[in-house]
Amino acid sequence: MPTEATQSAPWSARAKELAGQNGALGALLILAIAMAILSPVFLTTQNLMNVGTQAAVVAILAFGQTFVIVSAGIDLSVGSLAALSAIVTGYSATNLGLPAWVAILLGIATGCAAGLVSGILISYGRLPAFIATMAMLSVGRGLALVLSNGIPVRQPSQVAFFGSTLGGWLPVPLLIMVILGVLAAFILNRTYLGRCMYAIGGNEDAARLSGINVARQKLIIYALSGTFSAIAGLVLAGRLVSGQPQAASGYELDAIAAVVIGGASLAGGKGRAFGTLIGALVLAVIRNGLNLLNVSSFWQQVVIGIVIALAVLTDTLRRKSA
Amino acid sequence: METLQAFRGLLQALSKRCRSFANAAGVSSLATKRPGPTRTSRALHVLLGENGAGKSTLIKCLAGVHQPDEGVITVDGDPVVLHTTADAEKLGIATIHQEFNLVTELSVAENVMLGRQPRVAGIIKKAEMNKTASATLAKVGLHLDPRTPVSSLGVARQQLVEIAKALSLDARILIMDEPTAALTDDEVDRLLSLMDELRAQGVALIFISHHLDEIRRIGDRVTILRDGESVTTVPASTETDELVRLMVGRSIDAQYPRVRGEVGETLLKVEGLSRKGSFDDISFEVRAGEVVGLAGLVGAGRTEVLRAVFGADRFDRGTITVGGRSRSHSGVERGIAQGLGLVPEDRKQQGLVLGASVADNLGLVKLKDASKGGIVNRGKLADLARRAIDSLRIRTPSAKATVRNLSGGNQQKVVMGKWLLADPTVLLLDEPTRGVDVGAKVEIYNLINDMTQSGRGVLMASSDLPEVIGICDRILVMAQGRIVGELTHEQATQDAVMALAVQERESTRAH
Repeated sequence: MPTEATQSAPWSARAKELAGQNGALGALLILAIAMAILSPVFLTTQNLMNVGTQAAVVAILAFGQTFVIVSAGIDLSVGSLAALSAIVTGYSATNLGLPAWVAILLGIATGCAAGLVSGILISYGRLPAFIATMAMLSVGRGLALVLSNGIPVRQPSQVAFFGSTLGGWLPVPLLIMVILGVLAAFILNRTYLGRCMYAIGGNEDAARLSGINVARQKLIIYALSGTFSAIAGLVLAGRLVSGQPQAASGYELDAIAAVVIGGASLAGGKGRAFGTLIGALVLAVIRNGLNLLNVSSFWQQVVIGIVIALAVLTDTLRRKSA
Repeated sequence: METLQAFRGLLQALSKRCRSFANAAGVSSLATKRPGPTRTSRALHVLLGENGAGKSTLIKCLAGVHQPDEGVITVDGDPVVLHTTADAEKLGIATIHQEFNLVTELSVAENVMLGRQPRVAGIIKKAEMNKTASATLAKVGLHLDPRTPVSSLGVARQQLVEIAKALSLDARILIMDEPTAALTDDEVDRLLSLMDELRAQGVALIFISHHLDEIRRIGDRVTILRDGESVTTVPASTETDELVRLMVGRSIDAQYPRVRGEVGETLLKVEGLSRKGSFDDISFEVRAGEVVGLAGLVGAGRTEVLRAVFGADRFDRGTITVGGRSRSHSGVERGIAQGLGLVPEDRKQQGLVLGASVADNLGLVKLKDASKGGIVNRGKLADLARRAIDSLRIRTPSAKATVRNLSGGNQQKVVMGKWLLADPTVLLLDEPTRGVDVGAKVEIYNLINDMTQSGRGVLMASSDLPEVIGICDRILVMAQGRIVGELTHEQATQDAVMALAVQERESTRAH
């Protein structure tokens, strides 16, 4: 039996495998080429950095969402938790006068804790993930409004770093996105937790009977998603230089879209960090390109909806013909 | 006469090459030879072959799911091309797959009439639908309220609903893929007599089974497939040994090659294990070098006991001791830490991550051991997987192949392999050879021998009585959640086991 053949595949085959995983990478390239032809501004360094910056918040949320979706769950609370975490940071620093680094850690801890609560509701309360995280979506947004009284909260100057530009060209959001992307890929591929995500998403019963503590792993998975949400919230706050209680509203759907465009299955067991990154970039390129072409934001929503459907459709058709 | 003709024509489909499909099934190097055409003038034809021999692929060609690369399917003497399942349906070919195509939330009547409900302006005429369905259900001997939801029926009656649905579509050729695999003996008897009736009514039947005794009882002729090729067609009355030899392509020395050795110290001790409504006061031991069987009727509590011993389900009272370590709580991790492993009864639902690779599945139990500080040692896992594939002779194109594409026997070897890598002290097996062909069965029995010869113990539940008697050294017979008797393998006969299994039931009924 040719067991060795697939293990020592040349890198060209690996690249093909990477590109062939789903249509997302191809779609991104086609989109980029089309935009480059239609708008002379698109390929400028300045604009590409803008695209990266715009993609960053959704991508970071989507990395967390990838963990959840690979394990056959869903996290609707990521946008709310991003806002709540940023408000907690701003409130701690501005209203309570805590040092900036403590405030930032508190913000991240808030996202982590909220994710943990969702995880407890799902693992031990036996709530469907959809319901538990929808409840957390509402609670998170509500707490953000309560804490801020509904008005923007001033952020400590250190938070602005998350939205700044290094050396006059490298946006920090882009940097954080890449670092967290590599971290997400590492978690998914190389860690016990990551392999458990695939096993739980593929067949929860088989995972449990193989000795995986499914309940505990789920707690960690949702806490991780909450933590990624909090970091996304800080990046967003850094760009806006304030904590907006209504920030990142509806971003949970963008995050889910990015993960799905990236080739993950909502049924679980399938998905990659690289795919998710491509998915987030596809969304950002469409938004940026349509802006450059002066297409109204109303039409942008229509286009994005169609792209999501097309992405998943081509993926389904490719798999059928394979 | 018409159906006989149809049937004869249909069987020429056996002359199909099924290379490309076999590729998809992961047996590419095997299924490339040309099967010879097969004809018969009788109307119940059995397809027999090991898993991966090409039976399912052939059936899928006949059902219009796959298209053959070469060859012709003839119905009523006319060559036909079946592009879709609808084409096959139009010709009166109906297939009953192992996984039913029923909408369990809908009523029996709606399922039988699905897509063809009588209606006026889109509104379903329920009374008429239920009446028509009732008439069809009566044909298969199913007398129940057609408004009953399918989800409330057991496997056997769901199967009858499937057959009724096929008949209501005017099926003249009924293909059944291992219809008896999930049935109890009584249910099998009823199904076989229904098949007999259908044959008398002029329905041609193609029947796949691994149970050689059923073939003798019901079949007319048997076509044996091996490695994608039709080996021969013989009368159903052919001796069992001969059928096995034809199927495997070599003679199997013994169907149950149990090697019995010295029995050592007690490895597993279960005391007073009880759970209200499931099992009561279960106590037994498994010693080193021993295979202990749990026999009994379906619903006697065998699976429940195995799962509780392993730690997968809770129990109210009792202790489980393995190698001096006791436990009175459930928890899979606790069971594994004690040195237990469980091969569950349903490999697709509970044993495998079907969409994942062979290597990933094999490494599932060892995943934690192969991780340090939460980071997985991938080289070590790959080594383990390679070792398991070699030593268990798992037939797979590669370690990275998706487990879903392997045959049943090889899938089961993957489930066993993931536990053998963890080297359990006592391995618990639940229906270890269900839906597995004769050749793979023997390989699994040899793995059991390896375990006991290296001083481990095996506890095995099985509905297959000849297997329990052939493999186990001691048999515990269960009835209604209790152990009602114990037989050594010298004492064990099918009659002795059944007498115990049934006797208790009657005596409790008398109370």
